[in-house]
This record gives sequence, C-alpha cells and structure tokens, in this order.
Amino acid sequence: MAGHTETRETLHGCSIHVIRSGSGAPLVYLHGSGGGGLWLPWMEDLARQFSVIVPEHPGFGRSDTPEWLDGIHDVALFYLEFLAAENLTGVHLMGGSLGGWIAAEMAMLDASRLKTLTLIGPAGVHVTGVRKWDMFMATAEENARQLFHDKAMGDDAAKRAADPAGADIRMKNIYAIARLAWHPRFYDPLLMKWLKRIKLPTLVVWGREDRILPAEIAQGFAERLPHAEIEIVPDCGHLPQIEKKDIFVERVTRFIAESGR
Amino acid sequence: MKFFFFHLMPYAYLDPDYDKSYATDWLLYPNSNYDPQKGAELYNRYLDEIEYADALGFDGVCVNEHHQTAYGLMPTPGVLAGALSRRTKTVKIAVLGRALPLLNNPLTVAEEYAILDNITRGRLVAGFVRGIGVEYHASGVNPTESHDRFHEAHDLILRAWTQPGPFPFEGKYYQFDYVNLWPRPYQQPHPPVWIPSQGSSETIRWASAKERRYVYLQTFSPVTALFRYMDMYREEARKSGYEASPNQLGWSITTYVAKTDEQALKEAKPHIEFFVNKFLRMPMEMLLPPGYLSLSSMKGVMAAKASLGRHRTMEELIENGQFICGSPETVRRRLSEFQDRAGFNLVLPNLHFGTLPADLTRRNTELFAREVMPALRDRLPAGGREKARA
Repeated sequence: MAGHTETRETLHGCSIHVIRSGSGAPLVYLHGSGGGGLWLPWMEDLARQFSVIVPEHPGFGRSDTPEWLDGIHDVALFYLEFLAAENLTGVHLMGGSLGGWIAAEMAMLDASRLKTLTLIGPAGVHVTGVRKWDMFMATAEENARQLFHDKAMGDDAAKRAADPAGADIRMKNIYAIARLAWHPRFYDPLLMKWLKRIKLPTLVVWGREDRILPAEIAQGFAERLPHAEIEIVPDCGHLPQIEKKDIFVERVTRFIAESGR
Repeated sequence: MKFFFFHLMPYAYLDPDYDKSYATDWLLYPNSNYDPQKGAELYNRYLDEIEYADALGFDGVCVNEHHQTAYGLMPTPGVLAGALSRRTKTVKIAVLGRALPLLNNPLTVAEEYAILDNITRGRLVAGFVRGIGVEYHASGVNPTESHDRFHEAHDLILRAWTQPGPFPFEGKYYQFDYVNLWPRPYQQPHPPVWIPSQGSSETIRWASAKERRYVYLQTFSPVTALFRYMDMYREEARKSGYEASPNQLGWSITTYVAKTDEQALKEAKPHIEFFVNKFLRMPMEMLLPPGYLSLSSMKGVMAAKASLGRHRTMEELIENGQFICGSPETVRRRLSEFQDRAGFNLVLPNLHFGTLPADLTRRNTELFAREVMPALRDRLPAGGREKARA
C-alpha cells in the first residue's frame, strides 16, 4: 500500500498544506467545516484508482490565513489558480459540505480543467423554509455530535471535539468558516442564480438523516442542475464518506466510470 | 469627579424562572413574553427616573444599546435620547451605543447625533461601540468584520462632522459619492466621543491615540480589570506621546445607597442578584462569536471560561468591586479608593439595576445625589490631580 505524502504549496502569498496519494486521473477533494489535514480511509480507497489531492483551505488548520480572504469566491478562485499552478486537467473535483460549496463555485466560474463534479451534502444553496443547523450557536461538541446519524459515531466525534489538544485548530477553523459563511448563512445568491452554468457530469450525494444541512436542500441543486445524479443515502448523516464509506466509494467510482474518464 | 446617571432599562417583569426553559434572555427568549402594557409603564417610569437625575444635579445621563433582549429595552437609544433632549435642561446626554459595525449606513448615526446635539445646544456625548457579540447573531453582520467596520464607520462619521461636504467616501465596507451632512453638529469641531468597552487592548490603544484621545469607559467588570485597563490606557497614551488626563477615563459602576450598610445590603441583594444571574445570562457562543475578538484575545478569554455562567452572589460582586453598596459614607469611601487606584474622573453609577423597584430607585438616586456627589465633586485622583486640572 502506497503511503501518502504531505507538502506545502505557496500561491498568491498563501502557503497551504496538501496531502497526496495514489496515481491515475487527478481527484481533488475539498474538505468541509470540520476541517481538513487528515488522511482518511475513504481517501485511501479512492487512491487505488486516482491521484488523490487533498488541500487544506486558506484560513484553516495548517494553511495560512491570507489578507485577501474575505469570502467564498476568494477560496474558489484561489483553488482555480491552484489547479492551473499544478497544471491539472481532467480533474474529478469533489467537495463535502463547505468544500462542496467551494467546488460548486469553482465549477460555476471555470470548468475548463474539470471532468466531473461530486458534491457531498454541499452548502451554497438555500431552500426557503429549510432550517440549517446553526454551528455558530453551538459548542464544538454539539456540532460534532450532529454530524452522524449513528449515535455511537456521534458520541465519538463529540469526544474528539472536546479534546483540548485540537482547540487551537478548531478555533482557527471556525474563524475562517465565519469569514466565508456567516452571512448569508452558508449560501451564495450568485451561485444560486448561475449554478445552471455547470454542464459537467455531476453527482450530489446526501445523507438522508443529515442534521447539519437537511437533505431537502438536494432539491435546490436538482432544480438548478437537471442533469445531475442525486443519491440520497439512507441511515446516514452529514458525512456519507465516513458514515457509509463503502456505499459512498462504490457510488462515486461508478459515477466517474460511467461519466467516462 | 463628574457623575453620569446610567440606566439600562431592563424588562423588569422577566419571569424569574425563565432560565428553567431557556439558556438566555437574549436573542432566543420569545418576545411573546414582552407585555406592551407593562413595557409602556416601564419606559415611562425609566424616563422619569432619568429626568429626575437632571433635577438632582447629575452632570449627565446615559442611555444604552442592546438588541433582542429583556436585559435592556433600548435597541435604538437615539429615540430615548430624543425624548430626554427636550425634557432635561442641564445634563449632558451620553448615548452609550451606537454599535457602528451593525449599520449599513453609519451616516444615519452622524445625522442622529448631530440633531441631538443641535436640539440640546451641545449637551450630547457621542458613544461609539462595536456592540457585544450577540448583536452579530441578531443583525447578521459578520463578526469577523467587526473591528474593520467599526474603524471605517467611525472615520466616516468624524469626517462627515468635520470636513466640508459634499465629499466622497471610499471605504472597503462603506462607499458614498456624496457625504454632505445636514445638520452639522452644534459642538465644534464635534461632540465629545466616549468609547465604552469591556476591555480590549485593541480598542484601548485606538481610543487613547494622540490624534483621538477619546474617553474610555470601563463597563461592568471586576476592579482588577478596571485597574489593568486604565493603566493600559495611560501607558498607551504615553507611547503615543502625551500624558492622559483622568477626564479621559470613566467607570460604569452599579451602586446602591441607603441610610446604613445593613439596610443597603438587605434592600439591594435580590435585585442585583437578579441582574447578574438572570439578565446577564448568555452562553459563550452567543457572547463571543468567531472573529469578534482577535484569535489571540479569544484564546485568553476561553482560558478564563470556567468563571462564566455560574451563580454569583451580591457579596462576591461587592468583594471584586463590581457593585458598590452601603451607607453614603461607605459609598464615598469605596469610590475614593477606586478613584485613587484607577485614576478615573468620570463615574457612571447604575442607580437602577435588575428588578429594583421605582421607590428604591428614586431613594437611591436622591441619596447618591445629596450625600455622595457633593463630597466627591471636587475630588481628583491621587497622582492625576495636576493633569485633571489642566
């Protein structure tokens, strides 16, 4: 089993932390509000088929917080620049939650280096009347507990979120999240108008019991992306890639295979 | 010392058991619990109490700004200042809001303050604040932009007051092609500016800078914090190239006076404990949203988190200097001690607090005006006396 490597890349005055593993077509994963910087089992699975690249967003974890970080478009444009700097083409772009929002913004702005788009319980679109979890009004433990449908997994996540060792990174991350998502809360009216520009093969995966961003929001994506495949995963919370890893990996690899590499 | 009567105008009919069902009386406590009949009575009673302070010879009166809470019913303090501007005759009127970052058009505050300053012929004191953290949940304004929006809104207002218009304003958060304020403020170049804060080194450095020399007000905090932040203000002023005057420093202090210590303690206890344990109740996530403090300040605050949220007694508040309570003699002595140590010359006594009823508020205000103020009026802090006279 090939191990993963960790590198730093500097672009536009911002040095970010990047994890890489595997070979094949490039698959870039953008992490969610829970933070990045971790190499997870589902990534290992995908690295058997793809060259998996997992950057940590500007403002988060071990990456810098640049002066220019004002909103979600800054991150999306930064990553488009990152794809260009890495000279990546035919990219399978994937993002979860906040990262799904960033991925959708990138695809809306410039899809020229992208081959497919996979959004996992993405933020970015608001559906009138659907109430999202307000992570800014809850403790880190409460937030972590909401991530999973499975109670034991939720308890375990809450326990990890209470660990003082991670406190500094958690605080840095939530400051960055507020910058990007405080208002309007976790969505972008521009994206909602122009999401329809995206013609890429698109898969939207959503946990049916997502308590952070309810699965009803999938409808908001379906309306704007009529060609997208919508996969609602039963007995699953906000992180299908973790809570239902095997189902998720199978679904994504099938989607990419069918979309033609 | 100069004395500014300070009122918070709480919804005194707050159900004492509300906290069995709600974590806080801010933001999430349903407004169906607000009874307009009772509210109307309170507004009129509280305005009477402030007007009485004018008749009793206070130097000033203060109104306050908070949003969506039973803690205080003054979301638009300018309305109350407007009501007071014609009924009071001699007091200064200090508006200890306005939360500038919450505004989409800070010129509305420039206008409002200028009107008040004209009506009162220069009795306005202009307060500028960031608002406490929970206001960012109430307004939707991004707390990570709080400091920058505050500075920019302040610059805009000061320029609108002092620079001949029309002129353009080209900021990051605020842009106007035509700034041309009518009316201009009555006081020239502009009304005095006061900056209330719970203690933020960024704010103190900014307020004390040579080009501003704004009055800094320490709000509800233990005297250890009062001493630390007033020392910090003087130190920052020195670094900026001048000696700060005690007239640049003020202290907002909840105070209760009765004939004897014993009577004062007995009468005040339920009301001050209601204030601190019921009205001031708020989870950390609401009080300090991400970005409201710098990352480094936030880490310090989180380390001190343990002391928040637990039940506090009157005795504890007196001990740490968050409450002055006793006979006129006791109150005079405590104020003098704290003045000498902290070096302030402005005192903002909160003579109404929590559920203190009208009769006790009235007597408290009278005793303070008649038996505390006269003896301290000419008093200056030890060590800062020359500076204050200058």
